[in-house]
Amino acid sequence: MKIRNPKELEKLRNKLLANKDPQKPCITVCASSGCVALGSKRLVDVLNKELKERSLEKDIDIKETGCHGFCEGGPLLIVYPEEICYLRVNEKDIPNIVAKTVLNHEIIERLLYKDPATGKTIVKQSDIPFFKKQERLIIGANARIDPSSLEDYISTGGYSALAKVLSQMSPDEVIGEIKLSSLRGRGGGGFPTGVKWESTRKAEGEPKYVICNADEGDPGAYMDRSVLEGNPHSVLEGMIIGAYAIGSNAGYIYLRDEYPLAVTRFTLAIEKARETGLLGKDILGSGFDFDVTISRGGGAFVCGESSALFASIEGRAGEPRAKYVHATDKGLFDKPTNLNNVETWANVPLIINKGAEWYRTIGTEKSKGTKIFSLVGKINNTGLVEVPMGISLREIIFDIGGGIPKDRKFKAVQTGGPSGGCIPEQFLDKPVDFDELVELGSMMGSGGMIIMDDRTCMVDVARYFLSFLEEESCGKCTPCREGILQMREILDRICQGQGEESDLETLEQMSQAITDGALCALGSTAPNPVMSTIRFFRDEYEAHIRDKRCPAGNCKDLISYSINQATCTGCGACLRACGTNAITGEKKKPHAIDPAKCIKCGACIETCKFNAVEVS
Amino acid sequence: MKKKLKEIIKKYGSNRSFLVPILQDVQREYGYLPREALNILSQLIDVPISHIYTVATFYKAFSLSPRGRHQLSLCMGTACHVRKAPQIRDHLVRKLQIEPGETTPDLEYSFNTVNCLGVCALGPILVADGEYHGQLTITKADKILKELEKKERTTKKVAANEN
Amino acid sequence: MADTVTVTINERKITAPAGSTILDAAHDANIYIPNLCSHEELAPYGACRLCMVEIGSREKTKLVASCIYEVAEGLEVRTETPRVNNVRRFVIELLLARNPYAPVLRKIAGDLGVKDTRFKKRDKGCILCGQCVRTCREVVGVSAIGFKGRGVTRKVTTPFGESPVDCIACGSCSYVCPVNVIPLKEENGVREIWNTKFELQKCTKCGRYFAPVKQLDYFSKITKLPKERFEVCLDCR
Repeated sequence: MKIRNPKELEKLRNKLLANKDPQKPCITVCASSGCVALGSKRLVDVLNKELKERSLEKDIDIKETGCHGFCEGGPLLIVYPEEICYLRVNEKDIPNIVAKTVLNHEIIERLLYKDPATGKTIVKQSDIPFFKKQERLIIGANARIDPSSLEDYISTGGYSALAKVLSQMSPDEVIGEIKLSSLRGRGGGGFPTGVKWESTRKAEGEPKYVICNADEGDPGAYMDRSVLEGNPHSVLEGMIIGAYAIGSNAGYIYLRDEYPLAVTRFTLAIEKARETGLLGKDILGSGFDFDVTISRGGGAFVCGESSALFASIEGRAGEPRAKYVHATDKGLFDKPTNLNNVETWANVPLIINKGAEWYRTIGTEKSKGTKIFSLVGKINNTGLVEVPMGISLREIIFDIGGGIPKDRKFKAVQTGGPSGGCIPEQFLDKPVDFDELVELGSMMGSGGMIIMDDRTCMVDVARYFLSFLEEESCGKCTPCREGILQMREILDRICQGQGEESDLETLEQMSQAITDGALCALGSTAPNPVMSTIRFFRDEYEAHIRDKRCPAGNCKDLISYSINQATCTGCGACLRACGTNAITGEKKKPHAIDPAKCIKCGACIETCKFNAVEVS
Repeated sequence: MKKKLKEIIKKYGSNRSFLVPILQDVQREYGYLPREALNILSQLIDVPISHIYTVATFYKAFSLSPRGRHQLSLCMGTACHVRKAPQIRDHLVRKLQIEPGETTPDLEYSFNTVNCLGVCALGPILVADGEYHGQLTITKADKILKELEKKERTTKKVAANEN
Repeated sequence: MADTVTVTINERKITAPAGSTILDAAHDANIYIPNLCSHEELAPYGACRLCMVEIGSREKTKLVASCIYEVAEGLEVRTETPRVNNVRRFVIELLLARNPYAPVLRKIAGDLGVKDTRFKKRDKGCILCGQCVRTCREVVGVSAIGFKGRGVTRKVTTPFGESPVDCIACGSCSYVCPVNVIPLKEENGVREIWNTKFELQKCTKCGRYFAPVKQLDYFSKITKLPKERFEVCLDCR
């Protein structure tokens, strides 16, 4: 089937909508990587079997959707038209769901969300507090459409922005609209998208390339994966619009190989778009040609950096080069190149459809629109949240995220990945936007928010990021390759209780030199986690150095394990779990740990049901 | 082998700029990057072997030596880190007696760590032979290893019976 | 575009060819900037970071690698600021930790007032400036050696760490190495490099050994001239 022009697209959309009965029962199951890991594929199989046995295949639709964001409650299943949302669904629940809920409109209380504050159950997904403060412009569609179905995307208004652009707008008008919207790059830097497009359009040299950076490497961030898995056409549509505005006929998407499902879904999206004439030659009869090639990454964090990304697409090791010449002038294959991140591209159709003026009403003065964050770590409601720029950290962490598990104390939120920093409690009421986070010594980054509680050691967090970067540094320039190693070794010493008073000053001095001296952003921002933790958690460093103590009870060399003789029941669970035979004791009598044999692996803490294992 | 490699590069129009995806396909075919394959590839796409060697050793996804029958990947992303992934790593290192990135001498297990799989909500995560295991604990990790061993024994038994 | 541009280096006005790097312009004007990875025969690389300089006017300055940054009309450059020296001292300390003995490193360290490195010495020899790898690829054109791995584990090596199949034993890598860690030996008509023995050619006129056979074969191949032409040494030609 070819869609030859905007009119035919509209006709198809109307037909799809007309054929759709909104009252027909439909069961959607989240089929993103997270829920699949929790067994959602099996749920779909069992559902299909169940419907077949009851000969209901024609009366009830089953749909596999993208990520809803509430990963904590996965696998997630929603029954329409009532929008009854079931969490942590097991395959054994399926017959009941079909018999009771779908056929008899009965609600299974047990599977509903239970508000920990009120103890009441909530039926509709949109009423769950996690969703209430969100503004889900980009990921909202994930829950409604089947990512493998082009028809689903079209029926929700998909490709209408492309049709509008190709039939009613000149490239300059498109750039003008994006500039007016003040959209800024969602990959982390926050560079104005429209300005970048304009530079690439004006740059001399042919061909011009348009690239989607889907090398989401920041640990703790998975927004882009979810958009690619859940709504691949929205990214593709954004790219085609961008290519038209810039004057490019060739695009790439650089997708990390660690995301196999995203690769599969995006490949399918490209194929379907090509088949229907939305991609390829003479798109929608406009005479405009554009096609996209998928380039899979090979497992290198540094390839998220633009020049390293180009090197990788060109078939070389991902070594960055100095960016004294902009990619918009000389990028991929030394040609003018426009690189934007997944989420940035996904914003484009929205802006075109609803207009820049509307878009500008969301967000803060200098950061417009919404931002998707992945809320992970020590947080109750782990998942993806999309919020308007300017919302406070507190609202995200406590109202949406539901606070810290086991009522522990919040210590810090880490944003910006290995280039970012840790923000302490006193700034929780600060609004979240590009510039505010930089003020706080961190950065927006691609959107990872890792929550840390009082059991997280901040020196260890800084060390973690350095060893991450030590492994991911390409090794080309001296300050990054050797400097990070030397800094990490100092932090190792501090964590082992062998830190010296002068270490903090040395670390600060080294940070400055690496920031000034490194060749690319990976290196120059590498000291940020160290700088920011020294800035806000200096006392924790000092405790390690002066008192040889880890306040969080995390650093192995500074802690010891013991069993509380009063609470231990002598059940023997820890004894069996201990891999080094460090625990002894008779049955039903309090056990004890031999510190000489204990390697502080934590296996005993994990198994003890009585919280009798203590760390000091 | 040459025929197979020709098929692979044909998919990419023999374009040397697709070296990374080509190597991924080669690895998928053989389980690792056999030296002979890289030498043949060097001739087929006219790229010096030193260049292919550089690329193959730069990206973490590639292995130049045969990998074990079972692949274990432990996620070391930040979310997993704060939820005690390092302790699980140390445990697996002790248990398997190999460092991350290595394969047991009997070629049973390859164990490596990855920097974020993007399934942070379920951290810590262990991927065992392609299957994701979330909210991992040391006890759970032991169970997964036992399951793999059991599977191994049954397949061996079946194979023995067939012989 | 003008053929030359005027830049200010350390308050001095200097005219330099358009398109040249700050490093070249400075050296032409007898202003010394330490460097290790740049070489006139090689494409700008920017890896060692010793040649950092501060550019821009007083209020808004930034550090750039002078070996890759091109001069532009009106550019202001300072080669000896506290920020610049902080980076250079740090870099030379890091390099001394890899190779504490190389005279070239000790000399630069001395110039910067660095007596010794405060970091743990690992004595790896190679400082990963990449001159050998780039010379082999860009000047010789054979790409027999390359980098392996990344980050701190990166090293220069032959493919698979074995006898390099594409090597012509020309010795350029050894010659260009600033810290002299690529050994080259010649004995009884055999040259040894990268742990591999290469036969040398005897001049068909004067009878002395003068070049590796593989190198001469390579010359013959790229010039499309008969082999015999290269079997005579330069003196006898």
